[in-house]
Amino acid sequence: MNNQQRSFFFNVDWLTVFLYLALCTIGWFNIHAAVYDEQHPSIIDLSTNYGKQFIFIISAVVLGTVILLLDSRFFNALAPVFYVVTVFLLLVVLVVGRNVGGNQAWIPIGSFRLQPSEFAKFTTCLLLARYLSGTNIRITEFKSLATAAAIIGCPMLLIMLQPDAGSTLVFCSLIFVLYREGLSPMFLIAAGLAIGLGISSLLFNPWYIIGVLVLATVAILATMRRTQQLMATMIIGLVLCISYVLTVKPLYFNVLKPHQRARIDELLGITSDLRGIGYNVNQSKIAIGSGQLWGKGYLQGTQTKYSFVPEQSTDFIFCTVGEEWGFIGTSVVICLYLFLLLRIIYMAERQRASFSRIYGYGVASIIFFHFFINISMTIGFMPVIGIPLPFISYGGSSLWSFTILLFILIKLDSNRLGALM
Amino acid sequence: MNNYFERRYVVTGIFITLALVLLGRLFYIQIVDDRYSVFASKNVLRKTIIYPARGPILDRKGRILVQNEPVYDVTVIPKQVKPFDTLELCRLLGIDKAGFDKRFSKALKYSPYRESAFEKQISVRMYASLQERLYNFPGFSVQPRTVRTYPDSVAAQFLGYIGEASPEVIKRSNGYYSPGDYIGISGVERSYDSILRGQRGVRNLMVDSRNVPKGSFANGAYDTAAVAGERLISSLDIDIQKLGEKLMKNKVGSIVAIEPSSGEILAFVSSPTYDPNLMVGRERGNNVARMYKDPYNPFLVRPIQAYYPPGSSFKPLDALIALQEGIITPQTTYFCPHYYQAGNHRVGCEHFDGVTDLRKGIAQSCNTYFCNVFNQLMIRDGSRNVHRSFASWKENVNKFGFGVKLGLDLPHERRGFIPTVKFYDNRFKNRWGSSTIISLAIGQGEMLSTPLQMANVECTIANRGYYYIPHLIKAIGDKQVVKTEFTKKNYVGVNAEYFEPVIDGMQAVVDHGTAVESRIPGIIMCGKTGTAQNSHGKNHSIFVGFAPRDTPRIAIAVIVENGGYGASWAAPIASYMIEKYIRGYITKPKAQVEYIMNKNLLPPPPGWKPPVKKLSKRDSLKRDSLRKDSLKRLKSDTTKKQLELKSASRKNRKEPDSMNRFTVALINRKEDE
Repeated sequence: MNNQQRSFFFNVDWLTVFLYLALCTIGWFNIHAAVYDEQHPSIIDLSTNYGKQFIFIISAVVLGTVILLLDSRFFNALAPVFYVVTVFLLLVVLVVGRNVGGNQAWIPIGSFRLQPSEFAKFTTCLLLARYLSGTNIRITEFKSLATAAAIIGCPMLLIMLQPDAGSTLVFCSLIFVLYREGLSPMFLIAAGLAIGLGISSLLFNPWYIIGVLVLATVAILATMRRTQQLMATMIIGLVLCISYVLTVKPLYFNVLKPHQRARIDELLGITSDLRGIGYNVNQSKIAIGSGQLWGKGYLQGTQTKYSFVPEQSTDFIFCTVGEEWGFIGTSVVICLYLFLLLRIIYMAERQRASFSRIYGYGVASIIFFHFFINISMTIGFMPVIGIPLPFISYGGSSLWSFTILLFILIKLDSNRLGALM
Repeated sequence: MNNYFERRYVVTGIFITLALVLLGRLFYIQIVDDRYSVFASKNVLRKTIIYPARGPILDRKGRILVQNEPVYDVTVIPKQVKPFDTLELCRLLGIDKAGFDKRFSKALKYSPYRESAFEKQISVRMYASLQERLYNFPGFSVQPRTVRTYPDSVAAQFLGYIGEASPEVIKRSNGYYSPGDYIGISGVERSYDSILRGQRGVRNLMVDSRNVPKGSFANGAYDTAAVAGERLISSLDIDIQKLGEKLMKNKVGSIVAIEPSSGEILAFVSSPTYDPNLMVGRERGNNVARMYKDPYNPFLVRPIQAYYPPGSSFKPLDALIALQEGIITPQTTYFCPHYYQAGNHRVGCEHFDGVTDLRKGIAQSCNTYFCNVFNQLMIRDGSRNVHRSFASWKENVNKFGFGVKLGLDLPHERRGFIPTVKFYDNRFKNRWGSSTIISLAIGQGEMLSTPLQMANVECTIANRGYYYIPHLIKAIGDKQVVKTEFTKKNYVGVNAEYFEPVIDGMQAVVDHGTAVESRIPGIIMCGKTGTAQNSHGKNHSIFVGFAPRDTPRIAIAVIVENGGYGASWAAPIASYMIEKYIRGYITKPKAQVEYIMNKNLLPPPPGWKPPVKKLSKRDSLKRDSLRKDSLKRLKSDTTKKQLELKSASRKNRKEPDSMNRFTVALINRKEDE
């Protein structure tokens, strides 16, 4: 090995690191703006959120550096250990956790609070990657698929018990990983259909939807060559769809909690209550919409500064971006994310080791899910589920877990020319 | 790499598509849809209006007629109220527990987070005791405001009053006024509202989601300062205004005095009047209700709204028009046989004047003389062309301001009434001539005028041919701006030389004519008495005039309803006003003046039966006929009146204006005399 290869930072994908730092910095400034108070103008003040976030960012960078110093084989080897520890912590949190805002998600450690569900994201990714990269594992086989599903499902179930619907749903995004590794596209289509049919059956009379479904099936069968297989698939599909449509409403009313239902009703426009349940999203939309093209300027956002938008430094941090930096700011942030995601996919695809590739897709899926759902909920596209905007939202646990998630990939990537694993 | 390598494009495609969806949505709400900016500023912006001080109004010598006095409104922000001693607050404000609950729930209904009025206009004294204990009542605060105050309690109808803007006014103001704003409702307060109110300032505050002020918006870049209302210098002279109000006490009627050389109104008495301070403060509502019930209607602005036939005071006008038209010369004489025979009826004359010329006609107020003059005017183009002659006569009378609005600076001026050709055509089916309308010659008949119009005619005579539009405001603001329409001479179309003989006659009225008892030693006053016939009670006593003769400083019209002869009440009142204005004091014995002040001439209130009184004064009317007449009238009237009063009292509850009938409806329009 030559000197270059010995260097710790050899082959590090600096572009990704740059995107990471850019997003963290944007986050920090926006947290400052969100909690800015004319009486305490100092930007580094440990009693405030932006002061703490500064510490979080520094420690996250240190954490990232540490990860880069580790041997890349370490992650593959210890993946099961990490996973087990996380599952254990998820169990612990159900017992000793501190309940904040209805979710028993935090383990208090000194003055900080650890959120195991954040760390479950990367440990699950790691174990999934390790399992799927094993020899003779084919996702098309039922046994492998079931095992993969169990790996994903175990932390999901525990998080659902907290109950933290947002973090639970994050794990669904790993379907992209499975898809990339050979899962039948039918699953993606089925997932899409499930969402589409679910929403429409809440909005419209189920019998209309069933009518449309039957007509669509007939139309497909009429235009396509009728093989027996197609006929069978279509009819089974149709029956499944119809039964799904008929069960959505009863499930919706019996399984979901009233506040969750209210959020969805508000989002779908079934109800409109701008002073109650719709207040947050409405104020958030006002904040973003009033930013217009150029925004109101740094520290000039009235919606955020005067606390019209709730949760403005965590889940609704994007409001501050939208209000103070306008469409220019929001497009820059979205482009940065998109650029980061495409870069991660590019990085994943250039790996020789399937472990790294699968892990890379896991990273991309999780970041994408957070990014898309968080921004969507601030502009009234998705129901409000409390998940943070990666690297930008205030919060140590989330920043660290995303940092670990990303820097493991950077580390694996820097080692891509090394031995096959 | 494995077999599913192409799937990277599917995943990438999904990512890019969904990111573009987000961008598209953001583009829509941030750039296309601009409602959100409006919502954001609505959220955060609170406009506070800074009310300027209303301009004061001074009299012609700079003495205060109305100015501002501080009062305090107690306001409350319901959300900030914490438990406190309700009873103590009630005691301090002088309200009861039920009143407290009512006010509080009203405020809560308006908004729990915003300040709203709890109790308005508490006095300085109440404020002082409340102020000390205000810290006991979190959520309550006190806002200073100003109200109008009238140091001399005079000229209520002249000044008018202010009040909260009505919903219609608010609607019409295009957002300038909002509920609770004060505007001028009547009088000068109304006609000069835009000058008195000043310019409101606006402070733009930013508030947070709990409505707590957080500082000024854009560093006050959009704030404007309040500009205090301009000072108005009125034409009124407090001294004679006060004297006039005292003289007219317990009488119904008006006094209008005008400076002929400028048209400035020196006195504007409408009686009965009220203390303008009653229109201010917490008791205002009760006061207004009580005054509306007053049968003598103090809210009526009699100088510009009450109608009277000018009676004999119209006679100088007959003479002036006839002189100008060349119908008579000052030397023309008519023989007065005690009456004037018009067709098949007679117009009586007070006395047997014999051969009468113009001066004597005016001095003795000879009906015969002026009926002859009027008849000559009507038939000058032959008796077939009376209608045309009448039309031109009406034109000439209108030029003097009778039957038209003069356009003074007060709202709700009434035009009076001079009949038109069409009016008589309708009334007499085209079959009318000079004799039909002969009572116009002596200011009776269908003719009606306001006291202001009568005073204005005197200005015209005093000026020998022109008048300035009478006005109440001499100058506006520190720059002493005068409205240009008030500086223009309005000529009445009679040459100056024709005035002298008429003025001679008017001087004779005072020197040795009907008003001889009201002579002012040392001041040459010219005037004319009048007695307006009133079928529903005693005649109205009228006097018009001006003084001094050669350099007139004051022209005046005095009407005392139900006063009888012009010489008995109106003429002395006018002489005191004139002397007070010119000399500053009255030379007549004090007892005489006080006798008039204390005399109660109020017409009988509804249901009261008037006693028969002996007539004692001379005027242009024939005594016997009048006495007979009044007896006859009284008989028929008492029954008629009772019927009328029944319906009127029913109507009165709804329509306070119908009380006005003492002034307007009861006027006799009988033309045959």
